[in-house]
Amino acid sequence: MAGESVITEELNSLLNVEFGPEVYEIEKGMLKRFAEAIDDPNPKWLEEAPPTFAAALVPHELLHKLFNIDIPLKRLLNGSSDLEYLQPIKAGDVISVTSKLTRLRQVPGAEGPTLFMFTEMTYTNQRGEVVIKGKNTYIKY
Amino acid sequence: MTQVYYEDIAEGTEIPALVKYPTTMQLVKYAGASGDFYQIHYDKDFAQANGLPGVIVHGWLTLSFLGQMVTDWLGEKGRLLKLNGSYRGMNKVHEDIICNGKVIKKYEEDGKNLARVEIWAENPLGEKTVTGTAIVALPFKA
Repeated sequence: MAGESVITEELNSLLNVEFGPEVYEIEKGMLKRFAEAIDDPNPKWLEEAPPTFAAALVPHELLHKLFNIDIPLKRLLNGSSDLEYLQPIKAGDVISVTSKLTRLRQVPGAEGPTLFMFTEMTYTNQRGEVVIKGKNTYIKY
Repeated sequence: MTQVYYEDIAEGTEIPALVKYPTTMQLVKYAGASGDFYQIHYDKDFAQANGLPGVIVHGWLTLSFLGQMVTDWLGEKGRLLKLNGSYRGMNKVHEDIICNGKVIKKYEEDGKNLARVEIWAENPLGEKTVTGTAIVALPFKA
């Protein structure tokens, strides 16, 4: 057995609840700053979002809850990211981000239990088109 | 840079590697641009108190390097359709991150010329720190 469950009722109650939308206006300066931060000199990224720009469109409401919830595991790591591109994100777009926690999984580890939190995000533009479908796994240990 | 075409690739084709050398300053810039201010990425004392060897590179930043490797290769006419990465190990600052990719499948679907590319990042010890996949659409010459 994995020992005592770290998955509290409060954490469970977040499952499959949709958070957002949180709205981001995509300004040219934001794209430029992001491209500089990832050290990618491709001039295309002055007008269009580079592939991992979704990382900057943070679903704060859900993540704040997941990262600060009162469970015995305090340390956090990013486990994996998965992005599907349906439309480009361009300067001037207004992107709405919705998010949900889809699954919780506790596994025993060398230093105690590890908790995997699986999330899904949908990024939609001002025309109602889904531009990116994202998944991210966070690890608490 | 020359455009890569669907006819040019085969299973096993390697895509040009990309080497990055992130500094703590770059991680601070990335924290600012992404909004990820978790202190393990710029505060050495905090990172060590959390059992880490020191400041570690954001997984998303290493995935961004892999993304650059793929989009550089795709050129003007190729398109990235999917990108994913699992963060298996840690990249430390002031160390090379070596990004690699290899075509593992070439196929046509819905009238598109697609390839599945295995991608991975290594630290200087040759350990794979991020592994993932990119699905890309490539132009056809004819």
